[in-house]
Amino acid sequence: MADPRVAGTTAPAADGRGAAPILQTEGLTVRFGGLTALNGVSLGVRRGEIRAIIGPNGAGKSTFFNCLTGVIRPTGGRILLDGEDITGLPPYRISQNGIARSYQITNILPGATVLENVRIAAQSRRHAWSLFRHHRAFADVIDRSRAVLQDLALLDKEAELAANLSHGEQRNLEIAIALATEPKLLCLDEPTAGMSVPETHATVELVRRIAHNLTILIVEHDMEVVMGLAGTITVLHYGEILAEGPPAEIQANARVQEVYLKT
Amino acid sequence: MLSVKNVHTYYGKSHILHGVSIEVARGEVVGLLGRNGVGKSTTLKTIMGLVRPAEGEIRFEDTSITGAPPHQLARIGIAWVPEDRRIFKLLTVLENLRTGLDRRGVTEQRREELLEKVYRSFPVLRERRNQAGGTLSGGEQQMLAIARAMMLEPKIILLDEPTEGLMPRMVGQIREIIDVLHREGVAILLVEQNVPLTLGASSRVYIMEKGMVRHHAPASELRDNDAVIHQYLGV
Repeated sequence: MADPRVAGTTAPAADGRGAAPILQTEGLTVRFGGLTALNGVSLGVRRGEIRAIIGPNGAGKSTFFNCLTGVIRPTGGRILLDGEDITGLPPYRISQNGIARSYQITNILPGATVLENVRIAAQSRRHAWSLFRHHRAFADVIDRSRAVLQDLALLDKEAELAANLSHGEQRNLEIAIALATEPKLLCLDEPTAGMSVPETHATVELVRRIAHNLTILIVEHDMEVVMGLAGTITVLHYGEILAEGPPAEIQANARVQEVYLKT
Repeated sequence: MLSVKNVHTYYGKSHILHGVSIEVARGEVVGLLGRNGVGKSTTLKTIMGLVRPAEGEIRFEDTSITGAPPHQLARIGIAWVPEDRRIFKLLTVLENLRTGLDRRGVTEQRREELLEKVYRSFPVLRERRNQAGGTLSGGEQQMLAIARAMMLEPKIILLDEPTEGLMPRMVGQIREIIDVLHREGVAILLVEQNVPLTLGASSRVYIMEKGMVRHHAPASELRDNDAVIHQYLGV
């Protein structure tokens, strides 16, 4: 198999956006005792692309996300964001460096309003230390929050308690919270998990809309979502990259099908 | 014998099952295939009374059991082997098996008979009867979980991804266990992602996607129909 780093550094983006990888991992390895969850994963993600990471249960997808976002410290290898080594930094530092994520299980502040949920995230980027000023003084933060809510079709719910939103809206609020930190790279962990078919379609549209000026990494089991969004797919299997390429190429890959159907 | 009719299940606000209907006849092995997160385990949990459906009905031997508590379902002959097996790691194999035997109305002689029957079907468990459950291999732990369910003398076992996390060469062992149960006349609702195992062991197969049953066919028909399998389970 071709070295994925080569693909990341040399292949120009089809739509003409920058070819430099915004994210690069080099030999990323994670061991839990005797179990190797990730084994030398090297991949490059171009600026502006939507990249899907797929693979059967236990392939290492969540471990990969947890490394990128500082939840797990890798046993070996490096993670470079915009050329800067962020390996092993704590989650808040990685967030400041520009990686945001949503979780498989909804993670919002249910007792706060929709606007407050987003504002707290936005404020982590501006005036984070202005503790003694009234929040209404930060008009820029509120503007930013409202712009994000607009993108996620949640603006008309800004005064609603997050707990009162539908499940689909709560999942989207979580994406809004991640976006409010103005990330360079947005990691979405199963964004359509537990969604109905119409909600799933709406979320695919929404991710397409916010993908403008953003790089997105997405872990997802729903193949319709994966094929509909991703420009490139990386397939993990037992902690290693099994295949990487455009959706049509991955679908035509006999080895990938075997791994999924366990034949 | 077991009939799930138009069941809708929610976790909080999340609508997980959208009108699922499944039937299992006496002594039949029925497969339930689908990718992660499509509602397979939730279907089993809804049958087992762990989550109450908002709509729909579940019947067992012509009695409605919708929303009945798990202990009552266990008494009338429904056993559930969850995906994570939940064996007692610090108890021995024999102690694990006995947790399913210590119930009213079972004589000591009957208990010995049930143990003997399981040991005959799964000789490894006899060999390891005094060994702590946690020291068994993954496949043996799965065997123990199923054997423990057998102590209840169930009419049906709901089997949730028995091959999950097992090495590929252990899959044959799981197939043998399923065949043993089938020969003994126990019905099985087999939730799986392993296509060859499910098509080989089941008479009929349901395929789920996004909380709905999207396809239902005899296993023999699906063995010759790659397109359907690829659509719902491939990439």
